[in-house]
Amino acid sequence: MNTRRLFLRHSALAMAGFGTAPLWMQRALHAASTPSRKKILVSIFQRGAADGLNIIVPFAERGYYDARPTIAVPEPGKPEGALDLNGRFGLHPALAPLKKLYDDKQLAIVTATGSPDPTRSHFDAQDYMESGTPGRKSTRDGWLNRALRAEPQASPVRAVSIGPRLPRSLRGPNAAVALNAVADFRVQEESAGMALESMYTASRDTQLSGAGKETFEALKLLESLRKQNYSPANGARYPQGRLGPSLMQIAQLIKAGVGLEVAFADMGGWDHHTNEMAQLPNMLREFGGALAAFAQDMGDRMADIVLVTMSEFGRTVHENGNRGTDHGHANSMFVIGGPVAGGAIHGTWPGLNRDQLYEGRDLAITTDFRDVLSELATSHLGVANAAALFPGFQPASKPLGLLHA
Amino acid sequence: MKLSNRFTLFAAALSCAALLQVGGAATAWDKKLKGDEKTLHALNRLGFGPRPGDLEAVKKLGLDKWIDRQLNPSAIPETAALTERLEPLDSVRLSMSDMTAKYPPQQLIRAFANAKGRSNSPANNMTGEQRKNLEQLAERYRTQREKKDSGAAAPKPPRPDLRGVLTPQQARTLLRGTPEEKAKLFASLTPDQRQKLIAAAPPGMRGMKDAPPELRREVMAKTAPQLLVTTDLIENKLYRAIYSERQLEEVLVDFWFNHFNVYLNKGPVRHLTTSYERDAIRPHVLGKFKDMVLATAQHPAMLYYLDNWQSVDPAALQNMQRRARRAGLKIPNRARGLNENYGRELLELHTLGVDGGYSQQDVIEVARCFTGWTIATVLNDPKFQFIDRVHDKGEKTVLGQKIASGGGQEDALRVIDIVSSHPSTAKFVSRKLAQRFVADEPPQALLDRMAATFLKTNGDLREVMRTMIASREFFSDAAYRAKMKSPFEMVVSAARAIDADVDSALALSRAIDELGQPLYRKEEPTGYYNTAEEWVSTAGLLARMNFSLSLAQGKLNGVKIDEAKLAAADPQAAARALLHTEPSASTRATLEKGLEGKPPTPALMAGLVLGSPEFQRR
Repeated sequence: MNTRRLFLRHSALAMAGFGTAPLWMQRALHAASTPSRKKILVSIFQRGAADGLNIIVPFAERGYYDARPTIAVPEPGKPEGALDLNGRFGLHPALAPLKKLYDDKQLAIVTATGSPDPTRSHFDAQDYMESGTPGRKSTRDGWLNRALRAEPQASPVRAVSIGPRLPRSLRGPNAAVALNAVADFRVQEESAGMALESMYTASRDTQLSGAGKETFEALKLLESLRKQNYSPANGARYPQGRLGPSLMQIAQLIKAGVGLEVAFADMGGWDHHTNEMAQLPNMLREFGGALAAFAQDMGDRMADIVLVTMSEFGRTVHENGNRGTDHGHANSMFVIGGPVAGGAIHGTWPGLNRDQLYEGRDLAITTDFRDVLSELATSHLGVANAAALFPGFQPASKPLGLLHA
Repeated sequence: MKLSNRFTLFAAALSCAALLQVGGAATAWDKKLKGDEKTLHALNRLGFGPRPGDLEAVKKLGLDKWIDRQLNPSAIPETAALTERLEPLDSVRLSMSDMTAKYPPQQLIRAFANAKGRSNSPANNMTGEQRKNLEQLAERYRTQREKKDSGAAAPKPPRPDLRGVLTPQQARTLLRGTPEEKAKLFASLTPDQRQKLIAAAPPGMRGMKDAPPELRREVMAKTAPQLLVTTDLIENKLYRAIYSERQLEEVLVDFWFNHFNVYLNKGPVRHLTTSYERDAIRPHVLGKFKDMVLATAQHPAMLYYLDNWQSVDPAALQNMQRRARRAGLKIPNRARGLNENYGRELLELHTLGVDGGYSQQDVIEVARCFTGWTIATVLNDPKFQFIDRVHDKGEKTVLGQKIASGGGQEDALRVIDIVSSHPSTAKFVSRKLAQRFVADEPPQALLDRMAATFLKTNGDLREVMRTMIASREFFSDAAYRAKMKSPFEMVVSAARAIDADVDSALALSRAIDELGQPLYRKEEPTGYYNTAEEWVSTAGLLARMNFSLSLAQGKLNGVKIDEAKLAAADPQAAARALLHTEPSASTRATLEKGLEGKPPTPALMAGLVLGSPEFQRR
C-alpha cells in the first residue's frame, strides 16, 4: 500500500548526500537562536471509534433516548445527567474538566463530523483519516506531516509522536520523531552511541540511515532536557494511563522551546460493542482529565496552541443487543486552545429520525473532518496551500469559524 | 551539500525510484541467490535466523531436505535445550478447565469472594486442595479490597510485610540488595521462611522479581495466578522461537496468531489464550485454512474477544423472555440481540479482506448466521456451545448465496465454507503470507500462483507455502535482506545469534514491549502490520540499540552470554559470526576504529553488531 514511503524519503536524503553535515548542530543552533514561541498543533486520535453520541449528548432529541434504552446519558439535572452546554447538547458527566474549558471559551465542539468514506473498518477508516485522503489507499504520507513546511533549518524535533511507533499521521517527507519518554530517549552508553551513530549515518541502507540520522539529531537536541525532572505548572495533574503521560511529554517539549510545531498522541480502547457504560465513563475521565491538565499546565502558552481530537468513525445510533454499539458513521471533534473561538458548538445537526440517518442507522456527516483540519492548519499553523494538505479535497466555501479572526 | 529543499528531493526520489522499479524490478526478482546466501536467507525467512552452527548443519543436511523437514515439523525431534525450559511451564499444557481450577482467573476469584458461603459458588469442580487455594486467593482479594476501600494509603506497589519472616537485614537485601546479594539470600532461606515469605508476598511481586524461577512460580501461584499464566504463555513463545528446531512452525504460529488476533487483557481472554494458540492455531498452521477458521470461530477466546458469545436473535430472545415471565423465571439480561463485531472481522480481517467484495448487509447476515455460537461457562469450564433457541432461524443471504430458513448450527458452518474457499480469501491470505516471507510489496505474479494453489488444494496451507518457497521470487536478490525484522523477530534472532542461555524470558519480553510489539497485547483485531514502516521509528531504533548493548553485555536478568565464545579479537570476525555475511564498509570501519580510539570489549563489539543496521534486516 504505502510501504516504500520511508525508503523513498531516505533515498532523497542519500541522494542529497548530506550525510556528513552536522545538520543537528545547525538545527540546534537555529532552535536556540529563534524565538521559540512557535504556533503548535497537537492532534489526538481516539482509536477504536469513540461513541460520539454518548460524549456530546444530544439530550434534546427524543430519538436519542428511544434508540438507547439502556445506555443513554440522562438529561441534565437528572442523576448522572449530561452537563448542559447550550440547551440541546451536553457533555458526558465524566468530562466535567472539559466543561470548565468550554465555559472559559477555550473549547469548541464540532458535531456530526467525520470522513465521507462509507467504510466501517477500523483500519481503513483510521488510515483514511490519518492520510487525509478518504477512499484513497495509495497516499504515501500523513496529513500532519504535510502540514509542516519543508524547511532546511527546521528543528529535528519539530514533529513528535509519543509511543514506540510513528503513526500514519506523521509519516512522510519531513523528519518526525517517535519517542516513548523524553527521559529515556538516549543510548545507554555514550561511546557506543557514537559508534552506532557513525554506523547508521554512513550505512547504505537508506531507510535505516535516514531514521538513524533523525534519531541521533533528536537525541542531541533533547540531551539537556532528558536530565530535567519535569513538574507540571499551575497545579496541573495528568491522569495515569496513556494519554495523560503522553500529553505531559508534549508539554515538556513545548516549554523547553526545542522547536516543536506539530505533535501527536493517541488513546485506544474505544470500541465498545458490549456493556459500554461500564467502560466509557472511566475512559472519558482519563481523556478529559488529560486534556484539561494539559491546558492547565500550559497556562498562557495556550495562546500559541491548538489541540484537536478525532476518531475514525462514530457508532450506531441504536444500541446493539449487548448494551453496546456497533460501527457507525459521523462523530464529534474537540478543538481546544487559546486561539479557539470556544464555548460554541459548530456544525449542522442532521437529526436522529430514521429518515435523517445515514444508511438508516448512523448519524449523518454534515462537516467533513478535513474542513476542520484545514481551517486549523491554515489559520493557526499558516499552511499556505490547503489544497496540497488534503489532495483532491475542496474545502467548504465558508469556514466554520473555529478560531478567532 | 546543503539540503535546500527536502520536499523537492522527496519528489525527485519518487520519480527516480519509480523508474528503477519499472526498469530494475524484473532482474532483481529474477536474479537467483546462491550458496551460503541462499541458506542464510532460508534460515532468516523460514526461521528466526541462525544460531551458531546452524548454517553448517543445514548445508550438511542439504537445503531442500531442511525445507522439507520444516514443512513437516512433527517429524523433527526437539532438543533438550527446549524441553528442559518448557518442562516447568505446566500451565501451557493444561486444558482450559484444568487451568481455571489450578490457576483461577481474577474474575473467578472475585466471583468466589463475593459469593462467600453460598453453595452455588462458581468453583464446584475443583479438588479439595484447589478449592483451598481459591479460598485463600479470595481471602487475599477481600483483604486488599477492604484496604483499598478504607482508603489506607498503600505504597505502590505495596511492600511485603516481612516482620517475623526475615531479619531486618535480610528484608533490606530483599528490597534493595544487588542481584548477587539477593541470590545469596534466596539460597539461604529455610523451608519455613520460604513458606512464610510466599504467604507475605504482595501483589506486584515486589522484592520477588529476582527470586529463582521455582520460588517465583510458587509465589505467583499463591498470590497472582493470572500473572503465572501470562508469564508461562510468553516464556513458552520465546523459548520455542529461540530453541525449537521446528523453526518454520514457530514463525507460522506467530504469523497466524497475529492474523486471528485476540487481546490478552480483555477480561477472561487471559486464561483462554494459552489454549487458543495451542489448540486453535498451532495444529492448523500447515493444515487446511478452513479448519483454522472453524477452530478460531469456536474457541472461547475468539468468541469472547469479538463478542459473538453474546450475540443472539432479538426475536428469539423476546419469545424466551415472555415464556420465562409466564413461568416466573428470570433470564439474564446480558444478551439481548445481534452483535456485528465478529461477523465484520471474519470477513474483513480473517478471510476476504477489506476489499474482498462484501457489503454491510453481508456483515449483518453473517452475524445472524453466528447467533447462538457462544461459550458454555466462561468462568469455570469454558467451552464452545451452540444454543439453538437464541439462533436466528430466518433465511439469510451471504455473499449472494442463500441459506435456507430453519437452520441451526450449520448456518455458520456454511458461512465458514463460503468464506474459506472464496477467491478473495485466496488472494488475501496469499498476499499476507508473501508479505511476511518475501517482501513488503511482493510481486503480483507470485501472489497469483499462491492464490491458484490455495484454490486448487482447497486452502491447503502447506501447499501454499511450498508454492511460495519454490518460487524464483522467494530465493531472489530482490527478496534478500529486504524485510525489516519485527521487534519479536529482532529480539529472538539476537538471542539466537549470540547463543544466549535464557533462564527467564521476561527481560526479553520487556525488550519486545519497548521495541513496540507487546506480545499477545495488540488490542485491535487487525494484529500488528508486517511492513518496515510499522517498525522503523526513532524510538524503535533507540530501543533496538539499547537492547543489543544490554543483551550482549549480559545485563538482562535471566539471560546469560558466554563471553568466551564471543572473544573474537578481530572486529570483522565478530561481525561475520553474528551476521553470517561480510559487514558493510561503514559497520566495519566503525568496529575497526573502536570506541574513542580504544578497542571495544568482545561483548560490546557484539552489542554494536546486533545494534547495527545490517542486523535489523532478515
